[in-house]
Amino acid sequence: MDLRIGHLYPDLMSIYGDKGNVIALSQRARWRGIAAEVRPYTVGEWREPEWPDVWFFGGGQDQGQDLVGADLAGRNGESLRKSVASGAAIFSVCGGYQLLGTEYVPEVGAAIPGAGILDVTTRAGRKRFVGNLVVDSADGPLVGFENHSGRTYLGPKAVPLGSVVVGNGNNGEDKTEGAIQGKVIGCYLHGSCLPKNPWLADRLLQWALERRHTDVKLAKLDDEAELAARTQATEVAQARP
Amino acid sequence: MPDALAIVANTAGKLTREGLRVMGRGATALPGLVALTLDPDFISALSRELPHGVVCVSGTNGKTTTSRMLSDIARATGWAPIHNRSGSNLDRGVAAALLADATWSGEPRGDLGLFEIDEASLPGVVGRVRPRAVVVTNLFRDQMDRYFELDALARRIGDALAGLPAETALVLNADDPLVASLAIRKDANVTYFGVDDDAVGGNVPQAISDATRCPRCRSPLRYERVVLAHVGVWSCPTGDFTRPARDVSATKVVLGPRGSEVVIGGVLASMYDEIRVPVPGLYNVYNALAALATARALAIGLPESIRALANFTPAFGRLETVEVNGKTLRLVLVKNPAGFNAAIAALLETGRRPRLLAALNDRDADGRDVSWIWDADFETLAPAVEHAVITGLRGRDLALRFKYAGLPAEKLAVVDDPAAAIEKALGLAPAGSEVVVLATYTAMLALREALARTGAVAPFWED
Repeated sequence: MDLRIGHLYPDLMSIYGDKGNVIALSQRARWRGIAAEVRPYTVGEWREPEWPDVWFFGGGQDQGQDLVGADLAGRNGESLRKSVASGAAIFSVCGGYQLLGTEYVPEVGAAIPGAGILDVTTRAGRKRFVGNLVVDSADGPLVGFENHSGRTYLGPKAVPLGSVVVGNGNNGEDKTEGAIQGKVIGCYLHGSCLPKNPWLADRLLQWALERRHTDVKLAKLDDEAELAARTQATEVAQARP
Repeated sequence: MPDALAIVANTAGKLTREGLRVMGRGATALPGLVALTLDPDFISALSRELPHGVVCVSGTNGKTTTSRMLSDIARATGWAPIHNRSGSNLDRGVAAALLADATWSGEPRGDLGLFEIDEASLPGVVGRVRPRAVVVTNLFRDQMDRYFELDALARRIGDALAGLPAETALVLNADDPLVASLAIRKDANVTYFGVDDDAVGGNVPQAISDATRCPRCRSPLRYERVVLAHVGVWSCPTGDFTRPARDVSATKVVLGPRGSEVVIGGVLASMYDEIRVPVPGLYNVYNALAALATARALAIGLPESIRALANFTPAFGRLETVEVNGKTLRLVLVKNPAGFNAAIAALLETGRRPRLLAALNDRDADGRDVSWIWDADFETLAPAVEHAVITGLRGRDLALRFKYAGLPAEKLAVVDDPAAAIEKALGLAPAGSEVVVLATYTAMLALREALARTGAVAPFWED
């Protein structure tokens, strides 16, 4: 069995320490004897856009986000939508999450269309949400660090990833954090997110592997270090939000 | 003579300082905070009295080492610098340094202000102190929870510098395109420094590059050589922005375990001078170049500067060493991916197998978001590590980073208490060997405090 990871715009969208998500997916595959390969996909013509089983899309600076938004408005956005339709998964964080939505509404000027893969819209906000973020969901708890001024609101096709216990999450109003739609996930959890939230990493691995393999059963890993990190981060978040 | 309010603020700050010292506590910031609370203009009121003016040293990494080198150089020429030396480089650290070296009536006892300024505070501070020179060492991503995005920060700094009088000397790193872009005014008085040895660095841009695009036209930058992250020999393919000519340049660099031999060339060097930088690591060569370039901008001669540099000793946590029970602790402060990668490159240059004590905290001074450890190159470090003892408020995140970088569990121990962690790390190290301590700012302070209780170091940090 093998895993193919497409890293979206690593040169422009990896300033918030989100690379750990790619490391977590690769290592958790390898520890189970599954070969993992990572390929970058950035502005310009994409080679083999149908190759990845799972995409990772991280946070970037505003300037980088403009370039990426413009790129996704062209053929590459179409390729990404096709890839999702054919069963690929996406994990996106912060800027990547916003760019996958239907649109971004800046404080002044016209709305900027997104890739239209997640049924969410984001509006510019004044106050930046910066701090620890603890989320509860039916599938397990999540912990990370948020750093965003955009307010994201979910449409009917997307469901929240979880509800906020500490922090602001999607918009600071409705207590939701993140979005899931099919095999596409978006969230505001830096940290990096997947290493210390291993259930979510394994969910994505499962989805990714199922694209080209049947009967995928992930072996159990020793997650003591992962859960210890999650516990410590959660305690810190509760003491110092 | 400073105004009455500044004198009151000075007195209150000095009393706070005395109080803290009586209690045996360090006084690197709180007295400054007291003075600034009483008089928000305290810094400018006192720095106006300095005959050689004020030099602001800023940038993400290398501020402390560069300004300490510059302080040694200034002292060697007979000046008396006032320097916020303890690495407490926010506004309050500057104010604390000023009042520590002022008389009770608020007159400074020195003649040159040498201030390390946190890069996020720089745009605000330069307007208030009217510096004679501003040095920017480099700009990397750092503490995203506090500084936010690098492009925006660079624009704010550039705008603030453009608002200073044209004669203000700017000392800028030509190899860092973001720093080079800070000289916006056509008539700016700039001294550039850089490394021009083809043998330094590789040609593959590193994964943590923070400025892959031209700061002017946003075309992808081309690199002939990459030294660290986005620092190197760069050019914009459209030709609208080029790497500036270096006024002070390292034309040959030989790195060694205890220091580097460097040949200095460039427009301002009258001859090719060979210098010794007595602290290891290429990043310290850059710090030395920044100090030399600033000395030139202040009209201090190169020969005097080189002599002062040769006797330089490192600062708190900047490869400083402490002897404990016949073993050596080498303290390395880390706070962002670029600094971490530079530090481990220096450690691994000589093929060592480091025994580590690593500590990660997430207080304000460390950066509250610990995500940055995932961008740092632990994958290069892990295979070389003999063993690692991990501590700190977020030690579990750090241990997880080592796990995912491939360090086997049997080489990894997490010990939450700092004193117990030091004991464990020293216990694992054979007599005469070295333990490398990698720690964020407040984690290093905690380890230092624990060491002080054993009597290994002075009870609080002071030069």
